[in-house]
Amino acid sequence: MDLSQINPVLLVASLMVAATPLLLAAIGELVVEKAGVLNLGVEGMMIVGAITGFAISVETGSPWLGFLASAIGGALLSLLFVLLTQVALANQVASGLALTLFGLGLSALLGQGYVGIKPPGMAELDIPVLSDLPVVGPILFGHDPILYLGIALTAAVWAVLKYTRVGLILRAVGENHDAAHALGYKVVRIRILAILFGGACAGLGGAYISLIRVPQWTEGMTAGVGWIALALVVFASWKPWRVLLGAYLFGGVTVVQLNLQAAGVAIPVEYLAMSPYIITILMLVILSADKSRAPASLGRIFHASH
Amino acid sequence: MIVLEKRPQPSQAWSYATPVVAVLATMVFGGLLFAAMGKDPVEAIRTIFWEPLFGEFAFYYRPQLLVKGAPLVLIAIGLSLGFRAGIWNIGAEGQYIVGAICGAGVGLAFYPHEAWFIFPLMVIAGAFGGWIWAMIPAVLKVRFGTNEILVSLMLVYVAEQLLASMSLGLLKNPEGFGFPGSRNLQSYDSAHNAELITGTGMHWGVVAAFVAVIFSYVLLKRHMLGFHIRLTGEAPRAARFAGVNPARLILFCLGTSGALAGLAGLFEVSGPSGVVSIDFNVGYGFTAIIVAFLGRLHPVGILLAGGLMALTYIGGEIAQSQLGLPAAAIQVFQGMLLFFLLALDLLTNYRIRAARKEVA
Amino acid sequence: MKFTSLLATAAMALGLATAAAAEDKTKVGFIYVGPVGDGGWTYEHDKGRQAVEAEFGDKVETVYVESVPEGPDAERVMTQMALEGADLIFTTSFGYMDATINVAKKFPDVKFEHATGYKTAPNVSVYSARFYEGRAVQGHIAGKMTKSNIIGYIGSYPIPEVIRGINSAFIHAKKANPDVQFKIVWAYTWFDPAKEADAAKVLIEQGADVILQHTDSTAPQAAAQKAGNVITFGQASDMSEYAPLPRVSSIIDNWAPYYIARTKAVMDGTWETVNTWHGIKEGMVEIGEISDAVPAEVKAEALALKDAIASGEYHPFTGPLNKQDGTPWLAEGEVADDGTLAGMNFYVEGIEGEIPQ
Repeated sequence: MDLSQINPVLLVASLMVAATPLLLAAIGELVVEKAGVLNLGVEGMMIVGAITGFAISVETGSPWLGFLASAIGGALLSLLFVLLTQVALANQVASGLALTLFGLGLSALLGQGYVGIKPPGMAELDIPVLSDLPVVGPILFGHDPILYLGIALTAAVWAVLKYTRVGLILRAVGENHDAAHALGYKVVRIRILAILFGGACAGLGGAYISLIRVPQWTEGMTAGVGWIALALVVFASWKPWRVLLGAYLFGGVTVVQLNLQAAGVAIPVEYLAMSPYIITILMLVILSADKSRAPASLGRIFHASH
Repeated sequence: MIVLEKRPQPSQAWSYATPVVAVLATMVFGGLLFAAMGKDPVEAIRTIFWEPLFGEFAFYYRPQLLVKGAPLVLIAIGLSLGFRAGIWNIGAEGQYIVGAICGAGVGLAFYPHEAWFIFPLMVIAGAFGGWIWAMIPAVLKVRFGTNEILVSLMLVYVAEQLLASMSLGLLKNPEGFGFPGSRNLQSYDSAHNAELITGTGMHWGVVAAFVAVIFSYVLLKRHMLGFHIRLTGEAPRAARFAGVNPARLILFCLGTSGALAGLAGLFEVSGPSGVVSIDFNVGYGFTAIIVAFLGRLHPVGILLAGGLMALTYIGGEIAQSQLGLPAAAIQVFQGMLLFFLLALDLLTNYRIRAARKEVA
Repeated sequence: MKFTSLLATAAMALGLATAAAAEDKTKVGFIYVGPVGDGGWTYEHDKGRQAVEAEFGDKVETVYVESVPEGPDAERVMTQMALEGADLIFTTSFGYMDATINVAKKFPDVKFEHATGYKTAPNVSVYSARFYEGRAVQGHIAGKMTKSNIIGYIGSYPIPEVIRGINSAFIHAKKANPDVQFKIVWAYTWFDPAKEADAAKVLIEQGADVILQHTDSTAPQAAAQKAGNVITFGQASDMSEYAPLPRVSSIIDNWAPYYIARTKAVMDGTWETVNTWHGIKEGMVEIGEISDAVPAEVKAEALALKDAIASGEYHPFTGPLNKQDGTPWLAEGEVADDGTLAGMNFYVEGIEGEIPQ
């Protein structure tokens, strides 16, 4: 065992990369849940984003277009969820699960011609001087642009929810849709926009895996990240900055675990792997005493019958 | 402008008609998908729906429908009780895993001793395992008011890691050349949940599924507790006035669904599957949620929905080997079926009317 | 009997010649644990299936079902194939072992071939590849090429197959370079590209400049490419899209010769239960092209090693070898027997760390 082999600077830098798909998907789901909708189809939207992003960037040679396509792909799939839950008023839990099933199948169909292909790469930010700084350089200035987009998105969601009228309305809809409706807000329209935003973010997260983190296309490659993103939103108690922190923790558990193994520390991997979930449950218990609990209308069907 | 108008009472006629319409719609759209992939759509649909039931080898597939459908029905029945009362256990997958681990663990502890009481003990252990796993979200909800959807979902992942740890460690077959996975319970008579009548697919899990359907039907129709469950789901305020104890109801619904999921896991691990392995769970716990909704949370409906899901699985496999359809196309097809069933459910509870646009 | 023969006559009379024609075809079924698009394990098996089709053309019909979970689903799919008239069924995952044996009992006339297992029956053969032979060649190149003397190894699960590969690679790396050190990381997954990428990155960050992988995705290749100055080897498939650097060579699973031979045996009626464990010699294990990034002399040595293994002149596990704890395993000149190799659950001397239990 030799812990000195672990370079903390590199550890933090690669942890940030591992956390980004989670962060993107979770920040989208946070907005969806804030609007009072529980979409369990994150995994399905991510994998569809992963293949649309991959396919478009291979075809066009541009990772930027790929990421754009992945957001559109994720949003299109979430449109199905919109139709089911907002138009046909179907149960959200069942619809979300159906969405994941459908998305996994659809992505595999779309991706049949893309196995074993290398996608065009995306250059990392390389700011002279800054990127070469010790410690701070690799952590803060040595990543791909999408990673920064994830952080920027977190900041944007935080600011919008906290300071703007749009954020206020969104929260009102999520807390009490009947009251929001009575005040004249378009509950359904707001929720639809939130769901589409969530779909686009999940799509981006999926494409981050297939275009940057791995990068390749294989069926089922998101391997459960979408479900972890759901846990993450709860862990963060619906607060954007805590989502960021949580993404680093959740993403970090794997990276740290692998680092310890490589350094020769014998650790029970399974027990370490279950720790984020147990911590999330503990967070839920702790938060139950807190005011920052789940949006009150979460998962409930709204129909303007009066 | 089209508006939805809530029916005073769910439409009886539509609740029977929508599943049929949904299946037909899926056939049309699924057929289009298969045609787009260059396969004969009629042949594909026929293979999926007809072949397992009435094809040349139906004598084999019909019992398999029971084997595949039983765990789905058993779990879905338990879930439906909670869903009716607005208590959302979506962690049945985890309860299924823990039930299997506990049940198999008890059986393996006795190996190679043969005795009549081993299997009953395993059944109890399986039910207990599922129950205890479901009591975690139940107790946390009652005591702290935490959201049971999220807690039960988190516990699925914990259970999966536990399963991996068990297959690689404690329950690993000592004679398995170091490969992960337990001994095969099928070759340990006292612990084997064998077919009751050879060639029928009937094992104790299938019996348990049928018993659960009847039990749940009677409970909901005839029993005070069943009335409380329905009342809580339909009119929570009224339920409180009627003296329903919400805490007791939560403990009962989550506990029952957990125990049934645990049983399903035990019957699977001791019967059709045989071994505790890393990939033991194949998503029955999640599919059962869909089955519960497809069955309109009604015991008989769940029985039929479980059968339908099993049919698309088995028919899908036949279509893969006979027609060369990729597994992904079958998955998309199943997804479509669910979408239509969920979407058309609207017609049961709402009336669609063309309305003149009024000035608000 | 009478009734069936009557039916048969009626069918003939109706001119159902197609059914009769189908009888002549040998039907071969394949059951895959993953999707054919996984780019690794299942992908290579499916290439073997396509080779069978290409070899025999009209005389053979192949069918497959992908992503079949191990357990009752596998048993059902096998039964279904047998019912539909398959003559030969390849079950391509270790976890299908008990299901294969169960179904084989019910269909004594159908031949079964189970990959990587150890249970045989009158109509069940098992087959596996001696990947460790390829690992020896990799180990040699790795030992010669490393500058940091740290070689990273990504394992899937701690099972004999993987442990064998680690030992073989280590022995030959050590021979080429006595200062070499192995860093082993267990991913605890057969398939999770993101996790494999993380594992590779971790190893590189901790100083490894050679990455060996026993997982099937190209994620570690991409991570190595990004890091620069790190070499890798393709696993399961050639992964030539990452050549000449970081991928300097590869071990390829080539199931095609075996699948063709076994299909031929069924056609000729010469099929017998065998326990096949083929390596470089028979072509089941192939060494992918060694790229120009490898110095010519190292390449020549590697090829010589490969040839020695292929000719049977040299066995990768030849004594003197000790186990990790220092107890003697093989005496001078002694060669490991297949039984010990099949159940290998120990590291050889010099590897640090413990096999997780």
